[in-house]
Amino acid sequence: MSAELVHELEVPRQRTARARFVTAIGPLTALAGAIWAIVQPYRITLLHPHGQGFWWLFVEPPLLVIAVGLFFYFAIVPGLLEDLEEAGAASR
Amino acid sequence: MQPPAEHVHWLFATGFLLLGLCLLAEAVVGTEIWQRRAWRAYVWPGLAFALGVLMWPVMTFFTNSTLHMLAHGAWAEVLMAAGAVELALVRGKIHSPWWRLSMAAAFAVSGTAFLVHEQNAWFFQRSSFLHHLLGWWLLVAALFPLVRCVRPRSQFAATAFALTFVIGAVFLYCDRDVAPVFGHISPLAGTPHR
Repeated sequence: MSAELVHELEVPRQRTARARFVTAIGPLTALAGAIWAIVQPYRITLLHPHGQGFWWLFVEPPLLVIAVGLFFYFAIVPGLLEDLEEAGAASR
Repeated sequence: MQPPAEHVHWLFATGFLLLGLCLLAEAVVGTEIWQRRAWRAYVWPGLAFALGVLMWPVMTFFTNSTLHMLAHGAWAEVLMAAGAVELALVRGKIHSPWWRLSMAAAFAVSGTAFLVHEQNAWFFQRSSFLHHLLGWWLLVAALFPLVRCVRPRSQFAATAFALTFVIGAVFLYCDRDVAPVFGHISPLAGTPHR
């Protein structure tokens, strides 16, 4: 008795320059926010919350920039990359 | 409970930043791929329209001068109109790329409103500087949607259009109520509170 096993090998996918650029937008934005937070720590009132009002604690510009970068990376990029790869495969 | 003006600017900056990133991604991958998912096609016109709607409470509650009120009202109208036109373009209700002139008009009106409602000189204080800068920036940037009317597939115009929002967001994040700009602040501006 013999059995043949067929292994599907995952071929490492080559990402196009466009895909790499789109993937980098979110992390670069978040990085810009992180650098801003380090350069101007006083813009993050959560680090010294005593005596701060609601708006000063709720709206923290460097953290908002980081949040936008992360939201873009996790919510928008994955689907976009899928569509980009599908379009690339269809055109080959 | 009303937020200080600078916080409102920062919240709008966040909206514009997200808008700019979406437009930048669309410019890079191309409109055809970007619009493969319906929700993504509506993100940009929907956000533009929503920012226009949100400008109305700003107009209503920040009435520190008639000029401010009129400027915010003008922004609300043109942002909503331009967002609605973009929504209709995505939905297929209208087709001509010349409808994109509404966005050029929105930029031109917004830029003019910035310049007209700033009564002080560039270096009076930071918000004065930013009003002048944003005004001129938007007037220059009105060229990009104009180019998109003539050349709808121009990647340069699409990228420049996207970066207009990203740079606008950076300017808005720089805003403070009373603060020096490059070491300049007029004694008439008041005392910087932070």
